[in-house]
Order: sequence, then structure tokens, then C-alpha cells
Amino acid sequence: MTMAATEQDRTNRIPLMILAWAWVTLPFLYGVFELIRKVAQLFNG
Amino acid sequence: MSTREGFFDRSRTVAPPSWSRWLIPPAALSIHLSIGQAYAWSVFKPPLESSMNLSGKGSALPFQLAIVMLGLSAAFGGTLVERKGPRWAMFVSMACFSSGFLISALGMALSQYWLVVFGYGFVGGIGLGIGYISPVSTLVKWFPDRPGMATGIAIMGFGGGALIASPWSTQMLSSFGTDKGGIAETFLVHGIVYAVFMSFGALLVRVPAPDWLPAGWDPRQVAEKPLVTNANVSARNALRTPQFWCLWVVLCLNVTAGIGILEKAAPMITDFFAHTSAPVSASAAAGFVALLSLSNMLGRLGWSAFSDVIGRKNIYRFYLGAGALIYLIIALTQNAGKPVFIICAVVILSFYGAGFSTIPAYLKDLFGSYQVGAIHGRLLTAWSVAGVAGPLIIDGIADAQKNAGKTGPALYTESIYIMIGLLVIGFIANELVRPVHTKHHETPMEAPEQAPASAGKGE
Repeated sequence: MTMAATEQDRTNRIPLMILAWAWVTLPFLYGVFELIRKVAQLFNG
Repeated sequence: MSTREGFFDRSRTVAPPSWSRWLIPPAALSIHLSIGQAYAWSVFKPPLESSMNLSGKGSALPFQLAIVMLGLSAAFGGTLVERKGPRWAMFVSMACFSSGFLISALGMALSQYWLVVFGYGFVGGIGLGIGYISPVSTLVKWFPDRPGMATGIAIMGFGGGALIASPWSTQMLSSFGTDKGGIAETFLVHGIVYAVFMSFGALLVRVPAPDWLPAGWDPRQVAEKPLVTNANVSARNALRTPQFWCLWVVLCLNVTAGIGILEKAAPMITDFFAHTSAPVSASAAAGFVALLSLSNMLGRLGWSAFSDVIGRKNIYRFYLGAGALIYLIIALTQNAGKPVFIICAVVILSFYGAGFSTIPAYLKDLFGSYQVGAIHGRLLTAWSVAGVAGPLIIDGIADAQKNAGKTGPALYTESIYIMIGLLVIGFIANELVRPVHTKHHETPMEAPEQAPASAGKGE
């Protein structure tokens, strides 16, 4: 495989990279958001 | 070889030169964020108890069996995971974990609780163990320059899994209902969703080519660091080294010290400040538990990544030495107020989480990356022991002190001094860690994936 083809492949994988990180980050952020809501009770309760 | 075997075979997962190593952490996270659900099992306990007429112990049975199976499958399945590769392991983990939920759904629909215990506990537990170790070896091979950060990301996911599952399962139970049918539907949806979520990781994961190295990284620089080797030790030989057992003691005692606080967090903060002018309410105690979960999770990534800078032995000196001192502060300043207590507990829990996530990198430093996943699996038996010992110490002593008429912080003083003693022993065990003797090293023929390396195109 030539260097140019490798670079092209790498560029083609940017959407996969975005999808892969969104796949795990979005549920994780939901969990963190719910957790922070509970942590707030420590200071309000 | 059949087509099916080929798809899951290690050789089919070798990454092309253009593959980015930053696609591997999401693959690992898709597994760990799923299996981390295990720590949210308590959400199902009250509805199970009311709908199936179970005791507290009865409703805890699926979780307890799952944790036992986690330890056993990680310990005994590690070598197979190394041989078959990460895609196979992640697929097996997905199949077992999801099937566990589906069998449990059937059990609830048929009012057969033993099917829930067998499904979630036995079958699902195998998925936990295989899934926990499945990405470790692959991550340290992709990130030989930053193994602490890489395993920290994955193992942080195990902590994060409960954060997602706890509110998600609660919402689902309130939608479907908490009777048998509602719980069955909830289990069914869990099984399907986790199957899809984990499959993405199994499809995404790749192993690096044998001659791949991160761009601009020279393994000789790493080998110059104390305790870091480029040689490889098999899982079987690792068990014969004192280093393995020193790390077993380190992990066991670090986990014991943390789990003691984690398991009793809510009653502990309530008891500590019960006789003060500002007692802690039930909702504030729940917030304290959540804060500890956050600290546990962030410690897994932060401290483990920091270990890449200061070295594994030094970071464990810090976890164990500073942990003992912080416990001493709690013991000596019982009337110092909530901020001191909360800060101390938060730091201890960050060390607890970090102890889990840094250990694979420590193993890689000492034994190489050849069978690090299998070695890690065997080391996790320390977790099983600590999981029993920590709560036993804290609960046993607190109950005894209560029976003796004591109240408030006095319920925990003795336990805290025991934890300090355990951390000091762990500190000494860490000090005894030396480089592994060359007689345990594999020859290059025995460790084929460690062929002479040429510089690759890393990121």
C-alpha cells in the first residue's frame, strides 16, 4: 500500500472515529449528568 | 478453518497500517461500560424482593454469583483470551452477558427465580470476567508508550457502567412496572441493548501488526526505566515469580482499604456526624455515596495516566503511603468537621479506583505484553478476596462496637486503624517488587508477536 493510499484510508476513517467516540461518550455523559445531580444533594441536603 | 472461526480469529483482526490506535479505547469502553452494569444490580433488588417474595440475601444472590464467576472466568479464561484474541473474547463476553439478561427475563416471565440466578449470575458472570480482561492486552500493545492511560480509560469504563445503568434501569422499571412482567421486560430490553452496544466494540477492535510501533517511540528508552522490561513472561511462569504475589498483596490490600469505605459510605458519614450540630440527612448521605463513585471513576483514569510519568512503583507508594496517612487523619480528626472527612474519603476512593486501573500497566512493565491479559486475570483473584475481607472487617467491627454500646465515629475507629495496618503491609509488598529474573523470560520463538519491531505510523 502506498503512503498516499494510507493517508486516504486514514482520512476516510474520520467518520468512524467520530461515531466510535460518540457511541461511548454519549451514554457516559448521561451517567455523569445523573451522578452530578445526586452529588448536589450532599451540599443541599 | 470455517468462515465463522476465521472472522473471530486473531489473524483476522490485525490492523492495516492506516488504522488509528485511538479507535481501540472506544472498542474497550463499549465492553467495560456494559459489564460495569453489575454494580447497579441493587436497582433490581427491591422489585425482585416484592414480586418474588425474596429476602435481601436472596435478591443479592445473582450479583454475588456473578462476581464469583467474574473472578473464576478471568483467572481461568485468561490464557484462552490471549490465544483467541480480543474480538473472540469480546464476542463471548457479549454473548454471555446478554444471554444472562435474556435467561433472567425468561425466569421472571415463568416465575422461576433459579433461572435469574443461573442466567445473570452464572452465564452473565462469565461474560463479566472475559469482558473485563478482553481489551487489556490489546490496549497495552497499542499504547506501549502510555499503558497506564490506556488501561485507565478502559477500567474507568467499568466504574462508568454503573453510572449509566443505575438511572437507566430505574427509569425502565418505572416505565414497565416493578411486577414480574415489568422486570422481565426490563431484563429483555437490557439483553438486547447490551448485545448491540457490545457488538460494536467486538467489530471495532483490532490488534496491531507484529512490527507496529507508535510513531517516534523507541522501546529502548522505556527499557532504560527501572522495573520496565521489553522481555516477556508467560502467565504460567508469572505465577512462579515473587513479583506476581507481591502485586497480588498490593492489589488485595489497596482494594480492601477502599472497599471498606465504599460499602459503608452512607451509614459511616451519618454516624460520624450524628452527634454534631449539623447531622447528615439521608439525601446528603446519598450524595456522598455518589461523590465517592465519581472520585472512584476519575481516579481510575487520572492517577493511572499519571503513573506513565512517575512510574508504577512510585504511584503505588503514593496510593498506599498517602492512603494510610489519610486514614490516620480521619482517625485523629474526628471532630474536625465534614469538609475534612469528605475530602479524605474522596482521595482514598480515588486511590481505590486507581489501584485497579494501574495494575495492568504494572504487570506489563514487569512481565511484558505477551500474556499480560492472562496474568491480569489471575491477579483479579485478589479482588475477590478483598471484596469479602473489606466489608467483613468494617461491618464486623462496627456491629461489635454497636453491641458494646458505642456510637458515632467510635464505631469505625478500630477498623480505620486496621486499614492503616493493611496499607502499610501493602506498601512493604510494593517495596519488595524487583525486576523479574531472566530465567522466567520467554524466548522469541515462544512469544511470536514480539518480533523485531520497525517504526510504524502511530497515531
